[in-house]
Amino acid sequence: MESSKDNTFLEVKNLKMYFPVTQGIFRRKVGDVKAVDGISFKVKKGETMGIVGESGCGKTTVGRCILRIYHPTAGQIIFKGQDIADIPSDKVLELRREVQLIFQDPYGSLNPRQNAGSIVGEPLKIHRLSRNKEEYRSRVNDLFTMVGLDPEMANRYPHEFSGGQRQRIGIARALSCSPSLIVCDEPISALDVSIQAQIINLLQELQERLGLTYLLIAHDLSVVRHISDTVAVMYLGHIVEITGWEELYTNPLMPYTKALLSAVPIPDPTVEKKRERIILEGDVPSPLNPPPGCPFHPRCWMAIPECSKEVPQLRQISPGHMVACIRV
Amino acid sequence: MPPLLEVKNLKVTFDTMAGVVKAVDGISYHIDEEEVVGLVGESGCGKSVSQLATIQLIPTPPGHIAGGEVIFEGQDLLKYKADSNQMRSVRGAKISMIFQEPMTSLNPVFSIGDQITETISLHLKLNHQDAQQRAIELLEQVGIPDAAMRINNYPHQFSGGMRQRAMIAMALACHPKLVIADEPTTALDVTTQAQVLEVMMEMVKKIHNSLIIVTHNLGIVARYAQRIYVMYAGRIVEAGTSDDVFRDPRHPYTIALLKSVPRLDEPRGRQLVPILGLPPNLINLPPVCAFKARCSWAGQCKKETDPDLRQVGDNHFVRCHIDTKGELSGILQR
Repeated sequence: MESSKDNTFLEVKNLKMYFPVTQGIFRRKVGDVKAVDGISFKVKKGETMGIVGESGCGKTTVGRCILRIYHPTAGQIIFKGQDIADIPSDKVLELRREVQLIFQDPYGSLNPRQNAGSIVGEPLKIHRLSRNKEEYRSRVNDLFTMVGLDPEMANRYPHEFSGGQRQRIGIARALSCSPSLIVCDEPISALDVSIQAQIINLLQELQERLGLTYLLIAHDLSVVRHISDTVAVMYLGHIVEITGWEELYTNPLMPYTKALLSAVPIPDPTVEKKRERIILEGDVPSPLNPPPGCPFHPRCWMAIPECSKEVPQLRQISPGHMVACIRV
Repeated sequence: MPPLLEVKNLKVTFDTMAGVVKAVDGISYHIDEEEVVGLVGESGCGKSVSQLATIQLIPTPPGHIAGGEVIFEGQDLLKYKADSNQMRSVRGAKISMIFQEPMTSLNPVFSIGDQITETISLHLKLNHQDAQQRAIELLEQVGIPDAAMRINNYPHQFSGGMRQRAMIAMALACHPKLVIADEPTTALDVTTQAQVLEVMMEMVKKIHNSLIIVTHNLGIVARYAQRIYVMYAGRIVEAGTSDDVFRDPRHPYTIALLKSVPRLDEPRGRQLVPILGLPPNLINLPPVCAFKARCSWAGQCKKETDPDLRQVGDNHFVRCHIDTKGELSGILQR
């Protein structure tokens, strides 16, 4: 009921994804990697939710849970009013017609033995979305045009395309079954600088035209800022700060977010000379053996003894701005 | 004072089945003592190859240094053979390199300590114990905790950031005059990238050497470099102080690069302007401007010749026929 009222399209409640760690020939379970440890957020229809964080923070795992590539350990994923966290695997295919994924690596994610047309058209066959050959062909042609590729290229193989074109093929494939939610997992980080803008613009244009909802997983904070409505910052399986893009970038509160923002260089020497730089100590701890209390406290310059006692919960600081830090 | 390193008209070619690739097509640049210089460009523009050529690490064949001079401390390094003693005494001792991928450039079967001491004992002629001691000091300087213990670890026991720190320690072990950092932080996370760069800059300041940062990240160059060179299709298309190049870029390629990336401090809503098309094939480049096919000024450019590098400011050079003055103002300046 609530979800229809405030236009929530996707709601993740206390999602947990633990991967067991086994040892010995009997594969005895010795512990868990808590890749995602109780995160919650909401995404409205037609909006873009950005998830930023460094490698190993669990951002990709969140995306994969929503696609049900992983079966979450606990928690709810409410998509269009239905909890999909626990649906049986034969219902997952149905879900994937609505939720699709754009991969990071346009080289590894396309089958080199399949031509571009069949890569893009495969979901149509799997989901039986075209009644006959003509319909199939015209849909594939439409998809090619939609992402800015020439339909004549449908007979070519992935190696004949450039990185940017390959990423367009991946996007066309994700769009083929007209999904409403697309998880974009680092869609541009494998591309050259001059090509990145093309893909960002294409994603924005498609969102406007088709009313898509995006979950954008990325580590590039300037790109996330450019296209997201809401941004969640993840650290070691937890969301440590979540708010609207403008608030996050003008008024970051969590020390980790501040450090993350100050680490991104701005292509302007005059601005750079004036900026305060926060350089963190040490590395991200292993998720197998996370520090007690706040996951960030061993590297935090604001940490006090209390920080290592309890995992701080997200709390609202101002309307719509949630931070998991006791020092804020 | 003559510059520390002066490269004149360097050309590097690769023989391939399809023809001769002119990876570096006559570039000239210099770096002064205690200077930080950035070399920017997309993948395949020849920026890494030009740096490998400086210390003769081009795989030959298929690669050849087809011409030019690399004058370092008054001597032309290209006069020496790649495997000569003279070249060996320069490489690692006077000019050293930090490579992009610390996992592939460190040897997995030797401990970190062995790999650092190798350089030290070779060039500084220290015995094993002294070399070991020096390696521990170096690891401490680049911020590796428990250096005395960690020195016996193998590369896989280090995290990405630590490996890159170990690479920095290795490169700076013999206090070289010049360090070439080839995409030193591309494989790293943002906060680790900031850490590693900061460590690198501190070390460079401490031992008063010069640094060339090769990268595609314009932000890193803006943050650290005093002068920059922009490369495209094997050539330098723009050169100048960072202030000149970022505040008043003149080459359409530099302008396009700056327009194509979102900035953390700009008002949101600016449409990113992608650079259309692809970099040209470096085999049989026609004798016209290599950027012409992708250039937004191509319509106004009536010349069918290859432009030369011309001076547009005190220290500002550009390889373009068109006068694009002031093009970027109002777009990025607030």
